[in-house]
Amino acid sequence: MIHVRKLVKRFSLKTVLRGLDFEVREGEFVVLLGPNGAGKTTFMRILASLSRQTLGEVRVAGHSLPGQAAAVRRSLGVVSHLPLLYGDLTAEENLRFFGRMYDLPGQEPRIPEVLEIVGLTARRHDLVRTFSRGMQQRLAIGRAILHDPEVLLFDEPHTGLDQDACDMLDRLLKEVSGRGRTVVMTSHDLSRVESLGTRFDVLTRGVIAVSTAREQLRGNLLDFYREALQ
Amino acid sequence: MKPRRNSGYFKAILAIAWKDLAAELRSRELLSAMLVFALLVILIFNFALELDPGTRRIATPGILWTTFAFAGTLGLNRSMAIEKDRGCLDGLLLAPVDRSAIYFGKLLSNLVFMLIVETIVLPVYSVLYNLNLFVPGLIGIILLGSFGYVAVGTLLSSMAVQTRTRDVLLPILLFPVVIPVLVAAVKASAGFLEGIAFAEILPWLNILLVYDVVFTAIAFMVYEFVVEE
Repeated sequence: MIHVRKLVKRFSLKTVLRGLDFEVREGEFVVLLGPNGAGKTTFMRILASLSRQTLGEVRVAGHSLPGQAAAVRRSLGVVSHLPLLYGDLTAEENLRFFGRMYDLPGQEPRIPEVLEIVGLTARRHDLVRTFSRGMQQRLAIGRAILHDPEVLLFDEPHTGLDQDACDMLDRLLKEVSGRGRTVVMTSHDLSRVESLGTRFDVLTRGVIAVSTAREQLRGNLLDFYREALQ
Repeated sequence: MKPRRNSGYFKAILAIAWKDLAAELRSRELLSAMLVFALLVILIFNFALELDPGTRRIATPGILWTTFAFAGTLGLNRSMAIEKDRGCLDGLLLAPVDRSAIYFGKLLSNLVFMLIVETIVLPVYSVLYNLNLFVPGLIGIILLGSFGYVAVGTLLSSMAVQTRTRDVLLPILLFPVVIPVLVAAVKASAGFLEGIAFAEILPWLNILLVYDVVFTAIAFMVYEFVVEE
Protein backbone atom coordinates (compact mmCIF):
# COMPACT_ATOMS: atom_id res chain seq x y z
CA MET A 1 0.00 0.00 0.00
CA ILE A 2 2.91 2.36 0.76
CA HIS A 3 6.22 1.87 -0.98
CA VAL A 4 9.21 4.16 -0.35
CA ARG A 5 12.68 3.61 -1.81
CA LYS A 6 15.88 5.58 -1.17
CA LEU A 7 13.99 8.67 -0.03
CA VAL A 8 16.12 11.78 0.41
CA LYS A 9 14.86 15.15 1.63
CA ARG A 10 17.11 18.18 1.87
CA PHE A 11 16.29 21.66 3.16
CA SER A 12 19.03 23.89 1.72
CA LEU A 13 22.20 22.35 3.16
CA LYS A 14 20.48 20.20 5.79
CA THR A 15 19.67 16.61 4.86
CA VAL A 16 16.74 15.32 6.93
CA LEU A 17 16.01 11.99 5.24
CA ARG A 18 19.00 10.00 3.97
CA GLY A 19 17.92 7.22 1.65
CA LEU A 20 14.97 5.96 3.69
CA ASP A 21 13.27 2.67 2.69
CA PHE A 22 9.76 1.95 3.98
CA GLU A 23 7.08 -0.58 3.05
CA VAL A 24 3.56 -0.95 4.44
CA ARG A 25 1.17 -3.73 3.46
CA GLU A 26 -2.59 -3.28 3.22
CA GLY A 27 -4.31 -3.32 6.63
CA GLU A 28 -1.10 -2.82 8.63
CA PHE A 29 -0.95 -0.30 11.49
CA VAL A 30 2.63 0.96 11.55
CA VAL A 31 3.83 3.14 14.40
CA LEU A 32 6.80 5.30 13.54
CA LEU A 33 8.94 6.14 16.55
CA GLY A 34 11.97 8.36 16.83
CA PRO A 35 13.53 11.26 18.71
CA ASN A 36 12.71 14.90 17.97
CA GLY A 37 14.32 16.02 14.72
CA ALA A 38 14.63 12.49 13.36
CA GLY A 39 12.52 13.44 10.32
CA LYS A 40 9.19 11.80 11.22
CA THR A 41 7.03 14.81 10.40
CA THR A 42 9.02 15.56 7.24
CA PHE A 43 8.46 11.96 6.14
CA MET A 44 4.73 12.13 6.93
CA ARG A 45 4.40 15.40 4.99
CA ILE A 46 6.02 13.79 1.97
CA LEU A 47 3.62 10.81 2.20
CA ALA A 48 0.73 13.29 2.48
CA SER A 49 1.98 15.15 -0.66
CA LEU A 50 2.42 18.34 1.37
CA SER A 51 6.14 18.34 0.69
CA ARG A 52 8.17 17.13 -2.28
CA GLN A 53 11.04 14.69 -1.93
CA THR A 54 14.49 15.71 -3.15
CA LEU A 55 15.27 12.19 -4.42
CA GLY A 56 13.74 8.74 -4.24
CA GLU A 57 10.59 6.85 -5.10
CA VAL A 58 7.32 7.22 -3.17
CA ARG A 59 4.13 5.30 -4.02
CA VAL A 60 0.92 5.47 -1.99
CA ALA A 61 -2.12 3.32 -2.86
CA GLY A 62 -0.58 2.54 -6.24
CA HIS A 63 0.06 6.18 -7.19
CA SER A 64 3.46 7.83 -7.34
CA LEU A 65 4.48 11.12 -5.79
CA PRO A 66 4.77 13.89 -6.74
CA GLY A 67 3.42 13.02 -10.23
CA GLN A 68 0.03 11.65 -9.16
CA ALA A 69 -0.44 13.79 -6.06
CA ALA A 70 -4.17 14.39 -6.55
CA ALA A 71 -4.85 10.63 -6.76
CA VAL A 72 -2.72 10.05 -3.65
CA ARG A 73 -4.61 12.76 -1.74
CA ARG A 74 -7.90 11.14 -2.72
CA SER A 75 -6.85 7.89 -1.01
CA LEU A 76 -5.41 9.56 2.11
CA GLY A 77 -6.83 10.80 5.40
CA VAL A 78 -4.49 12.90 7.53
CA VAL A 79 -4.68 13.82 11.21
CA SER A 80 -1.91 15.92 12.73
CA HIS A 81 -1.44 17.57 16.12
CA LEU A 82 -3.27 20.59 14.64
CA PRO A 83 -6.94 19.83 13.91
CA LEU A 84 -6.93 21.60 10.48
CA LEU A 85 -10.47 22.81 11.17
CA TYR A 86 -12.18 26.21 11.01
CA GLY A 87 -13.11 27.55 14.44
CA ASP A 88 -15.79 29.88 13.12
CA LEU A 89 -17.70 27.08 11.40
CA THR A 90 -19.81 24.46 13.17
CA ALA A 91 -18.77 20.79 13.25
CA GLU A 92 -21.30 19.98 10.54
CA GLU A 93 -20.26 22.96 8.38
CA ASN A 94 -16.61 21.92 8.63
CA LEU A 95 -17.43 18.42 7.40
CA ARG A 96 -19.70 19.78 4.67
CA PHE A 97 -16.89 22.08 3.51
CA PHE A 98 -14.33 19.29 3.33
CA GLY A 99 -16.92 17.05 1.64
CA ARG A 100 -17.22 19.68 -1.10
CA MET A 101 -13.45 19.94 -1.38
CA TYR A 102 -13.34 16.16 -1.97
CA ASP A 103 -16.33 16.42 -4.33
CA LEU A 104 -18.14 13.62 -2.51
CA PRO A 105 -21.39 12.56 -4.12
CA GLY A 106 -24.30 12.35 -1.69
CA GLN A 107 -22.20 13.70 1.18
CA GLU A 108 -25.23 14.73 3.24
CA PRO A 109 -25.98 11.20 4.62
CA ARG A 110 -22.25 10.63 5.24
CA ILE A 111 -21.90 13.65 7.56
CA PRO A 112 -24.27 12.41 10.31
CA GLU A 113 -22.67 8.97 9.99
CA VAL A 114 -19.19 10.41 10.58
CA LEU A 115 -20.40 12.63 13.43
CA GLU A 116 -21.87 9.51 15.02
CA ILE A 117 -18.57 7.61 14.68
CA VAL A 118 -16.61 10.40 16.39
CA GLY A 119 -19.33 10.94 19.02
CA LEU A 120 -20.15 14.54 18.18
CA THR A 121 -23.73 14.28 16.95
CA ALA A 122 -25.06 16.29 19.87
CA ARG A 123 -22.56 19.11 19.18
CA ARG A 124 -22.95 19.19 15.40
CA HIS A 125 -24.38 22.73 15.37
CA ASP A 126 -21.76 24.18 17.74
CA LEU A 127 -18.84 26.28 16.56
CA VAL A 128 -15.58 24.34 16.58
CA ARG A 129 -13.83 27.09 18.55
CA THR A 130 -16.09 26.25 21.51
CA PHE A 131 -14.86 22.61 21.46
CA SER A 132 -12.26 21.22 23.84
CA ARG A 133 -8.93 20.10 22.35
CA GLY A 134 -10.06 16.46 22.56
CA MET A 135 -13.32 17.15 20.75
CA GLN A 136 -11.48 19.07 18.03
CA GLN A 137 -9.16 16.12 17.56
CA ARG A 138 -12.13 13.74 17.29
CA LEU A 139 -13.68 15.98 14.65
CA ALA A 140 -10.30 16.05 12.88
CA ILE A 141 -10.52 12.26 12.65
CA GLY A 142 -14.04 12.69 11.26
CA ARG A 143 -12.63 15.03 8.62
CA ALA A 144 -9.91 12.50 7.78
CA ILE A 145 -12.31 9.57 7.30
CA LEU A 146 -15.11 11.54 5.60
CA HIS A 147 -14.09 10.37 2.11
CA ASP A 148 -13.46 6.81 3.33
CA PRO A 149 -9.73 6.75 2.52
CA GLU A 150 -7.68 3.56 2.16
CA VAL A 151 -4.70 5.01 4.05
CA LEU A 152 -4.67 7.04 7.26
CA LEU A 153 -1.70 9.11 8.43
CA PHE A 154 -1.65 10.23 12.06
CA ASP A 155 1.14 12.64 12.97
CA GLU A 156 1.37 12.76 16.78
CA PRO A 157 -2.39 12.94 17.27
CA HIS A 158 -2.12 12.76 21.09
CA THR A 159 -0.19 16.03 21.42
CA GLY A 160 -1.83 18.41 23.88
CA LEU A 161 -4.57 16.00 24.98
CA ASP A 162 -5.33 15.09 28.59
CA GLN A 163 -5.56 11.48 29.78
CA ASP A 164 -9.30 11.06 29.19
CA ALA A 165 -9.14 12.66 25.77
CA CYS A 166 -6.20 10.37 24.86
CA ASP A 167 -8.19 7.29 25.96
CA MET A 168 -11.15 8.37 23.89
CA LEU A 169 -8.88 9.11 20.92
CA ASP A 170 -7.30 5.66 21.20
CA ARG A 171 -10.70 3.97 21.12
CA LEU A 172 -11.54 5.98 18.04
CA LEU A 173 -8.18 5.21 16.38
CA LYS A 174 -8.78 1.49 16.95
CA GLU A 175 -12.27 1.75 15.52
CA VAL A 176 -11.34 3.65 12.34
CA SER A 177 -8.22 1.59 11.71
CA GLY A 178 -10.04 -1.68 12.38
CA ARG A 179 -12.03 -1.28 9.18
CA GLY A 180 -9.29 -2.68 6.98
CA ARG A 181 -7.50 0.62 6.57
CA THR A 182 -3.75 0.99 6.38
CA VAL A 183 -2.42 3.30 9.09
CA VAL A 184 0.91 5.02 9.68
CA MET A 185 1.20 6.90 12.96
CA THR A 186 4.04 8.85 14.58
CA SER A 187 4.12 9.19 18.33
CA HIS A 188 6.34 9.79 21.35
CA ASP A 189 3.90 8.10 23.74
CA LEU A 190 5.22 4.53 23.73
CA SER A 191 2.88 3.13 26.39
CA ARG A 192 -0.12 4.37 24.47
CA VAL A 193 0.85 3.15 21.00
CA GLU A 194 2.02 -0.30 22.15
CA SER A 195 -1.52 -1.68 21.98
CA LEU A 196 -2.39 0.16 18.76
CA GLY A 197 0.33 -0.81 16.28
CA THR A 198 0.85 -4.06 14.44
CA ARG A 199 4.42 -3.00 13.56
CA PHE A 200 6.91 -0.58 15.09
CA ASP A 201 9.62 1.21 13.11
CA VAL A 202 12.26 3.49 14.59
CA LEU A 203 13.33 6.42 12.45
CA THR A 204 16.61 7.96 13.46
CA ARG A 205 19.24 10.00 11.58
CA GLY A 206 17.05 10.04 8.49
CA VAL A 207 16.62 6.29 8.01
CA ILE A 208 14.51 3.47 9.46
CA ALA A 209 17.01 1.97 11.90
CA VAL A 210 14.95 -0.97 13.20
CA SER A 211 11.58 -2.49 12.48
CA THR A 212 9.61 -5.18 14.32
CA ALA A 213 6.16 -6.73 14.27
CA ARG A 214 4.25 -6.55 17.57
CA GLU A 215 4.27 -10.32 18.05
CA GLN A 216 8.06 -10.34 17.66
CA LEU A 217 8.59 -7.72 20.35
CA ARG A 218 10.81 -9.11 23.12
CA GLY A 219 9.98 -7.29 26.33
CA ASN A 220 8.13 -4.00 26.13
CA LEU A 221 8.19 -1.30 23.48
CA LEU A 222 10.27 1.05 25.61
CA ASP A 223 13.13 -1.48 25.81
CA PHE A 224 12.94 -2.06 22.06
CA TYR A 225 13.01 1.68 21.40
CA ARG A 226 15.99 2.32 23.71
CA GLU A 227 17.88 -0.51 22.13
CA ALA A 228 17.16 0.84 18.65
CA LEU A 229 18.51 4.28 19.50
CA GLN A 230 21.81 2.90 20.80
CA MET B 1 -17.97 6.02 -1.12
CA LYS B 2 -15.78 7.05 -4.03
CA PRO B 3 -15.65 10.70 -5.06
CA ARG B 4 -16.32 11.79 -8.61
CA ARG B 5 -13.38 12.92 -10.69
CA ASN B 6 -12.98 16.03 -12.86
CA SER B 7 -16.10 17.77 -11.57
CA GLY B 8 -14.84 19.22 -8.34
CA TYR B 9 -12.77 22.18 -9.52
CA PHE B 10 -15.50 24.82 -9.55
CA LYS B 11 -17.20 23.23 -6.56
CA ALA B 12 -13.94 23.60 -4.60
CA ILE B 13 -13.62 27.28 -5.61
CA LEU B 14 -17.15 28.01 -4.44
CA ALA B 15 -16.68 25.93 -1.28
CA ILE B 16 -13.61 27.97 -0.25
CA ALA B 17 -15.37 31.27 -0.96
CA TRP B 18 -18.47 30.08 0.94
CA LYS B 19 -16.33 28.95 3.88
CA ASP B 20 -14.53 32.32 4.09
CA LEU B 21 -17.77 34.29 3.90
CA ALA B 22 -19.58 32.08 6.44
CA ALA B 23 -16.65 32.28 8.89
CA GLU B 24 -16.39 36.04 8.42
CA LEU B 25 -20.12 36.48 9.00
CA ARG B 26 -19.57 34.99 12.46
CA SER B 27 -16.23 36.50 13.47
CA ARG B 28 -16.30 39.83 11.54
CA GLU B 29 -12.61 40.16 12.37
CA LEU B 30 -11.45 40.80 8.82
CA LEU B 31 -14.18 43.07 7.45
CA SER B 32 -14.40 45.22 10.56
CA ALA B 33 -10.64 45.82 10.56
CA MET B 34 -10.64 46.70 6.85
CA LEU B 35 -13.66 48.95 7.16
CA VAL B 36 -12.55 50.88 10.24
CA PHE B 37 -9.12 51.37 8.68
CA ALA B 38 -10.59 52.60 5.37
CA LEU B 39 -12.97 55.02 7.07
CA LEU B 40 -10.17 56.38 9.25
CA VAL B 41 -7.98 56.97 6.21
CA ILE B 42 -10.59 59.02 4.34
CA LEU B 43 -11.40 60.91 7.54
CA ILE B 44 -7.72 61.75 8.11
CA PHE B 45 -7.31 62.86 4.50
CA ASN B 46 -10.41 65.03 4.87
CA PHE B 47 -9.00 66.90 7.87
CA ALA B 48 -5.37 66.88 6.80
CA LEU B 49 -5.79 68.28 3.30
CA GLU B 50 -8.63 70.78 3.90
CA LEU B 51 -9.16 71.05 0.17
CA ASP B 52 -11.34 73.46 -1.76
CA PRO B 53 -14.12 71.84 -3.88
CA GLY B 54 -12.11 71.99 -7.14
CA THR B 55 -9.00 70.42 -5.68
CA ARG B 56 -11.09 67.77 -3.92
CA ARG B 57 -12.31 66.44 -7.25
CA ILE B 58 -8.73 66.26 -8.54
CA ALA B 59 -7.43 64.56 -5.38
CA THR B 60 -10.33 62.10 -5.05
CA PRO B 61 -9.03 59.25 -7.28
CA GLY B 62 -5.69 59.26 -5.47
CA ILE B 63 -7.28 59.29 -1.99
CA LEU B 64 -9.77 56.57 -2.95
CA TRP B 65 -7.20 54.18 -4.37
CA THR B 66 -4.75 54.78 -1.54
CA THR B 67 -7.55 53.90 0.88
CA PHE B 68 -8.55 50.78 -1.08
CA ALA B 69 -4.93 49.62 -1.41
CA PHE B 70 -4.10 49.98 2.29
CA ALA B 71 -7.38 48.46 3.51
CA GLY B 72 -7.01 45.67 0.93
CA THR B 73 -3.54 44.77 2.20
CA LEU B 74 -4.92 44.44 5.70
CA GLY B 75 -7.60 42.04 4.45
CA LEU B 76 -5.25 39.99 2.28
CA ASN B 77 -2.80 39.50 5.14
CA ARG B 78 -5.51 38.42 7.56
CA SER B 79 -7.27 36.15 5.09
CA MET B 80 -4.18 33.98 4.59
CA ALA B 81 -3.02 34.27 8.21
CA ILE B 82 -6.29 32.65 9.34
CA GLU B 83 -5.49 29.65 7.13
CA LYS B 84 -1.88 29.40 8.28
CA ASP B 85 -2.30 30.00 12.03
CA ARG B 86 -4.83 27.24 12.51
CA GLY B 87 -3.04 24.83 10.17
CA CYS B 88 -6.02 25.00 7.84
CA LEU B 89 -3.86 25.65 4.79
CA ASP B 90 -2.63 22.06 5.09
CA GLY B 91 -6.26 20.95 5.24
CA LEU B 92 -6.91 22.75 1.94
CA LEU B 93 -3.72 21.42 0.36
CA LEU B 94 -4.74 17.86 1.24
CA ALA B 95 -7.87 18.09 -0.90
CA PRO B 96 -7.60 16.22 -4.23
CA VAL B 97 -8.15 19.29 -6.40
CA ASP B 98 -5.78 21.30 -8.52
CA ARG B 99 -4.22 23.80 -6.14
CA SER B 100 -5.15 26.70 -8.39
CA ALA B 101 -8.73 26.08 -7.16
CA ILE B 102 -7.54 27.21 -3.72
CA TYR B 103 -6.15 30.37 -5.30
CA PHE B 104 -9.38 31.18 -7.13
CA GLY B 105 -11.48 30.42 -4.03
CA LYS B 106 -9.38 32.78 -1.92
CA LEU B 107 -9.37 35.37 -4.73
CA LEU B 108 -13.17 35.27 -4.87
CA SER B 109 -13.64 35.75 -1.13
CA ASN B 110 -10.94 38.46 -0.93
CA LEU B 111 -12.62 40.29 -3.83
CA VAL B 112 -16.01 40.12 -2.11
CA PHE B 113 -14.49 41.52 1.12
CA MET B 114 -12.82 44.35 -0.79
CA LEU B 115 -16.00 45.18 -2.72
CA ILE B 116 -18.04 45.26 0.50
CA VAL B 117 -15.58 47.75 2.01
CA GLU B 118 -15.65 49.85 -1.17
CA THR B 119 -19.45 49.81 -1.23
CA ILE B 120 -19.48 51.32 2.26
CA VAL B 121 -16.56 53.72 1.72
CA LEU B 122 -17.98 55.33 -1.45
CA PRO B 123 -21.16 56.84 0.07
CA VAL B 124 -19.27 57.93 3.20
CA TYR B 125 -16.65 59.59 1.00
CA SER B 126 -19.40 61.26 -1.07
CA VAL B 127 -20.89 62.79 2.08
CA LEU B 128 -17.57 63.83 3.66
CA TYR B 129 -16.13 65.37 0.48
CA ASN B 130 -19.46 66.50 -0.98
CA LEU B 131 -18.83 64.74 -4.30
CA ASN B 132 -21.02 62.44 -6.39
CA LEU B 133 -19.01 59.23 -6.89
CA PHE B 134 -21.85 57.17 -8.32
CA VAL B 135 -20.61 57.42 -11.90
CA PRO B 136 -21.08 54.11 -13.82
CA GLY B 137 -17.62 54.34 -15.38
CA LEU B 138 -15.98 54.81 -11.98
CA ILE B 139 -17.82 51.77 -10.61
CA GLY B 140 -16.47 49.71 -13.55
CA ILE B 141 -12.93 50.94 -12.86
CA ILE B 142 -13.27 50.05 -9.19
CA LEU B 143 -14.32 46.51 -10.16
CA LEU B 144 -11.44 46.07 -12.62
CA GLY B 145 -8.83 47.68 -10.36
CA SER B 146 -9.95 45.70 -7.32
CA PHE B 147 -9.81 42.47 -9.27
CA GLY B 148 -6.23 43.17 -10.41
CA TYR B 149 -5.19 44.19 -6.92
CA VAL B 150 -6.72 41.10 -5.31
CA ALA B 151 -5.42 38.75 -8.05
CA VAL B 152 -1.82 39.75 -7.30
CA GLY B 153 -2.44 40.22 -3.59
CA THR B 154 -3.84 36.71 -3.11
CA LEU B 155 -0.81 35.19 -4.83
CA LEU B 156 1.71 37.27 -2.89
CA SER B 157 -0.05 36.85 0.46
CA SER B 158 0.16 33.06 -0.05
CA MET B 159 3.92 33.51 -0.41
CA ALA B 160 4.30 36.00 2.44
CA VAL B 161 2.28 33.92 4.90
CA GLN B 162 4.97 31.21 4.83
CA THR B 163 7.47 33.65 6.35
CA ARG B 164 7.92 34.93 9.88
CA THR B 165 7.73 38.57 8.73
CA ARG B 166 4.52 38.14 6.74
CA ASP B 167 2.81 41.33 8.05
CA VAL B 168 5.69 43.49 6.89
CA LEU B 169 6.56 41.46 3.82
CA LEU B 170 3.22 41.61 2.00
CA PRO B 171 3.11 45.39 1.40
CA ILE B 172 6.80 45.35 0.42
CA LEU B 173 6.15 42.65 -2.17
CA LEU B 174 2.72 43.84 -3.25
CA PHE B 175 2.97 47.59 -3.75
CA PRO B 176 5.75 47.58 -6.38
CA VAL B 177 3.90 44.92 -8.38
CA VAL B 178 0.52 46.68 -8.28
CA ILE B 179 1.84 50.09 -9.31
CA PRO B 180 0.50 49.61 -12.89
CA VAL B 181 -2.98 48.81 -11.50
CA LEU B 182 -2.97 51.78 -9.16
CA VAL B 183 -1.68 54.24 -11.78
CA ALA B 184 -4.17 53.03 -14.40
CA ALA B 185 -7.04 52.96 -11.91
CA VAL B 186 -6.28 56.47 -10.62
CA LYS B 187 -5.97 57.89 -14.15
CA ALA B 188 -9.14 56.18 -15.41
CA SER B 189 -11.09 57.16 -12.26
CA ALA B 190 -9.99 60.78 -12.69
CA GLY B 191 -11.07 60.63 -16.33
CA PHE B 192 -14.58 59.49 -15.43
CA LEU B 193 -14.93 61.99 -12.56
CA GLU B 194 -13.81 64.89 -14.75
CA GLY B 195 -16.00 63.78 -17.66
CA ILE B 196 -13.12 63.30 -20.13
CA ALA B 197 -13.91 61.64 -23.47
CA PHE B 198 -14.01 57.84 -23.28
CA ALA B 199 -11.35 57.50 -26.00
CA GLU B 200 -8.85 59.20 -23.71
CA ILE B 201 -9.67 56.87 -20.83
CA LEU B 202 -9.56 53.73 -22.99
CA PRO B 203 -5.75 53.20 -22.85
CA TRP B 204 -5.89 53.09 -19.02
CA LEU B 205 -8.80 50.67 -19.19
CA ASN B 206 -6.80 48.47 -21.54
CA ILE B 207 -3.87 48.45 -19.14
CA LEU B 208 -6.17 47.37 -16.32
CA LEU B 209 -7.72 44.61 -18.43
CA VAL B 210 -4.37 43.28 -19.65
CA TYR B 211 -2.94 43.39 -16.14
CA ASP B 212 -5.92 41.48 -14.75
CA VAL B 213 -5.68 38.78 -17.41
CA VAL B 214 -1.88 38.42 -17.27
CA PHE B 215 -1.60 38.21 -13.50
CA THR B 216 -4.54 35.85 -13.14
CA ALA B 217 -2.91 33.57 -15.72
CA ILE B 218 0.47 33.76 -13.96
CA ALA B 219 -1.12 32.95 -10.60
CA PHE B 220 -3.00 30.01 -12.15
CA MET B 221 0.28 28.58 -13.43
CA VAL B 222 2.52 29.15 -10.41
CA TYR B 223 0.21 28.80 -7.40
CA GLU B 224 1.03 25.12 -6.85
CA PHE B 225 4.73 25.96 -6.46
CA VAL B 226 4.01 28.96 -4.25
CA VAL B 227 2.14 26.93 -1.62
CA GLU B 228 4.34 23.86 -1.76
CA GLU B 229 7.04 23.35 0.84
